[in-house]
Amino acid sequence: MKTTLCVIAALAAAAPAWAQQKIVRIDGSSTVYPVTEAVAEDFQKAKKQQVKVTVGISGTGGGFKKFCRGETDISNASRPILKKEMEDCRTAGIEYFELPVAFDALTVVVNPKNAFVRQLTLAELKKMWEPAAQGKVTRWNQVNAQWPDQPMKLFGPGADSGTFDYFTEAVVGKSKASRGDFTASEDDNVLVQGVSRDVNGLGYFGFAYYIENQDKLKAVPIVNEKGRAVAPSMEAVEKGTYTPLARPIFIYVSAKSLAKPEVREFVEYYLKNGAKLAREVKYVPLPESAYRVALEHVQKGKKGTVFGGAAEVGVTIDELLKREARL
Amino acid sequence: MQTPIAERLARRRARVIRERLIELVLLLAALVSVLTTVGIVYVLVKESVLFFQQVPLGKFLTDTQWTPLFDDAHFGIMVLLSGTLTSSAVALAIAIPLGTIIAIYLSEFAPFRLREVAKPFLELLGGVPTIVYGYFALLFVTPLLQRIYPELPGFNLLAAGIVMGIMIIPYVSSISEDAMRAVPMSLREGSYALGATRFQTAVKVVVPAAFSGIASAYILGISRAVGETMILAVAAGMQPNLTFNPLEPAATITAYIVQVALGDLPHGSIGYQTIFAAGLTLLVFTFLFNVAGHVLRKTFREAY
Amino acid sequence: MCGVLALAVGVLTFTALFVDMALDGFGRLSWDFFTSYPSRRPGQAGILSAWVGSTLVMLTTAVFAVPLGVATGIYLEEYAAKNWVTDLIEINITNLAGVPSIVYGLLALGLFVYQFGLGQSILTAGLTLALLILPVVIVATREAIRSIPQAIREGSYALGATQWQTVRYHILPYSSAGILTGIIIGMARAIGETAPIITIGALTFIAFLPPSPFTAGPFEWLFSPFTVMPIQMFNWTSRPEAAFHANAAAAGFVLVLMTLAMNGLAIWLRYRLRRNIKW
Repeated sequence: MKTTLCVIAALAAAAPAWAQQKIVRIDGSSTVYPVTEAVAEDFQKAKKQQVKVTVGISGTGGGFKKFCRGETDISNASRPILKKEMEDCRTAGIEYFELPVAFDALTVVVNPKNAFVRQLTLAELKKMWEPAAQGKVTRWNQVNAQWPDQPMKLFGPGADSGTFDYFTEAVVGKSKASRGDFTASEDDNVLVQGVSRDVNGLGYFGFAYYIENQDKLKAVPIVNEKGRAVAPSMEAVEKGTYTPLARPIFIYVSAKSLAKPEVREFVEYYLKNGAKLAREVKYVPLPESAYRVALEHVQKGKKGTVFGGAAEVGVTIDELLKREARL
Repeated sequence: MQTPIAERLARRRARVIRERLIELVLLLAALVSVLTTVGIVYVLVKESVLFFQQVPLGKFLTDTQWTPLFDDAHFGIMVLLSGTLTSSAVALAIAIPLGTIIAIYLSEFAPFRLREVAKPFLELLGGVPTIVYGYFALLFVTPLLQRIYPELPGFNLLAAGIVMGIMIIPYVSSISEDAMRAVPMSLREGSYALGATRFQTAVKVVVPAAFSGIASAYILGISRAVGETMILAVAAGMQPNLTFNPLEPAATITAYIVQVALGDLPHGSIGYQTIFAAGLTLLVFTFLFNVAGHVLRKTFREAY
Repeated sequence: MCGVLALAVGVLTFTALFVDMALDGFGRLSWDFFTSYPSRRPGQAGILSAWVGSTLVMLTTAVFAVPLGVATGIYLEEYAAKNWVTDLIEINITNLAGVPSIVYGLLALGLFVYQFGLGQSILTAGLTLALLILPVVIVATREAIRSIPQAIREGSYALGATQWQTVRYHILPYSSAGILTGIIIGMARAIGETAPIITIGALTFIAFLPPSPFTAGPFEWLFSPFTVMPIQMFNWTSRPEAAFHANAAAAGFVLVLMTLAMNGLAIWLRYRLRRNIKW
């Protein structure tokens, strides 16, 4: 026991030496993780291992907590920074840049043997998912009288995920307002399994999970505000016709960290190669101009968030980039 | 130059000091566990206090829904507690009988070779990462159960509980077996001398004599079942559901804590604070249970 | 008979699990797999940073958990007076066994990472896991010590030994087999833990190894960022590409093998020790 204490004391003294290494520390959402991982991997190769990049998956909330304490240089976020987190950052004196890096198209899927669901309107989705539907709306014909009288099995992400937040906001009108009696899972692969095994299943999750399992699932076209039913695809999101279920995902970069050359180079690499790498991991890239404008914002020092501390649905990228930012 | 007596006295004093010092060091080690509990209680209470300022304790204990992250928030802890209790009951229904039988078998009946091979093998069961068990329950056990009972939902407490029970078997069997083997042969020999069979000796003499060790093993197993996280997070579903029926999906306190701590919620929000309140409830619960267990053990312990 | 059947249940389950994982993952096992870092391309991804991280974390955990656990067990059995304070400590320990692992993670985050400033490092992970498995080690130690007949102690004292001498030369050797049981169970649990390690800041993508004690300072590696095998597995199982699932199965296979190796060492020790005890 005594030896243990001595050892700890000696080690604590040796701690600072590690800080000299060039490391870019990133943490946050597991949704944004695949894109950041791809960038980190290629960046390290390009720098011939001179700069090290580490990425964690503590979740968007956990990531912001560390970010606002100055422990990470970049925070992966699947939703904009919220008011409480903005306050924490302000108190700690952390200023940041909010950079959208890709789109995640939320895809609604049904079983491939399901022949009657050809498209879905937001109104129908709302009938299925709103809190009032709990225990009452359990059969397909209750949502649309033309559909058969069969039980409906719903699958979706858990209530703590950004996907859940965004979907409920877009469909029901209020974030986190949802019925409670559906099969929830953190792991989208489980949702894929659920819908693919149940003829009466319907679920929603990120586009990447649909694309990898196309043979097991059928994506449902969503009727957008112009009245057209649009199926989820890279092109539809890029053109802006797949709305409102396309959500932007972000990285937040600390201004102090940006002063470090390795972080700055990483951010520039991210924005220059983000389109290609996002596509590789099945996320939808932003238009080229978006990455350019984001880079300009970084170089010009446009700090802060354009969302005012709350999430928003259906904002186009162009609008996002034009708005006023506030810390 | 000291006199021989003074020298001897000095040596004795040094020895006494050394013994006292060693005792102090060992006491400090024991205090580490106390400090850990203090730390845990502090962390849980600090955030729970903030939580209870916003949600009255009465509602917390009696509300029948647990939807803290939804827009219309309810905070009934009984929902999560029912999930924990049901899954633990299933797990223990498997682990305790099987574990005890295995322990008796290995300690009293099995040949030496078999014992030395079987015991490590069982301990391996406890070494499989819990997420692997979770996926095993979800992807293997549930479909298997669905063949027998087709109505079984994809997420359910039964599959998770069964796998958890199998995972806990080594806790129960290994420690029980150690306790039983430590019972001196003289007790067994006395029993054989009176004409008892091996089985009678095992069950009526050895088991009661090793009762304190076996009870420790049980209590450890129960604690493990109640505190298990990943198996339930993966295989029982994350749907808070007030039920004692293992054939339904439900969320346990532990699965809920993991879900929120690693999710996208902002830290410091009331949704986040719920995990501390839930954790505190679990702690209080296991504490009461452990006190009861402790009293029971002291009453029935055999000294020989 | 019942005993054999009961054993069979455990054996069957383990075999089913192991074979299932092996079938899925065996194809992925290759020299590259063990020596590559994680990557977005499943074919190129490997477990190098993960298994090195796991090994180092286990080493740290053992260094802290074993002395602390055994010392506590000895104190409670040999030195402590049988009063309510001791009872409280005992209840306290069994209580700790039931605390969910993620709560240890939250505690460690506040205490080791922030308060003590040890950072998100291997040292913090080792300390957290040591605290987690402490109850198991303590309970096993106590049961092992308790089972030693009083006659042995009395004989030792009769020959003039001090309390510590009795413990060191008689109690510890006889109870070492039981103590090893506790250590085995505890370490096997620790190597498979995910949630608390993520909470204190273990990474998922890390494409470099902690500095070797030969090139940097002897303790530099303790403060390095790291990842562990279960986290790598966890991340891969939740990726959409099916090829990652094969990776995850292979990683799981390797993890179980690592646990086997660790246990194997301790078990061999215990076998040697148990053979010599007859009373």
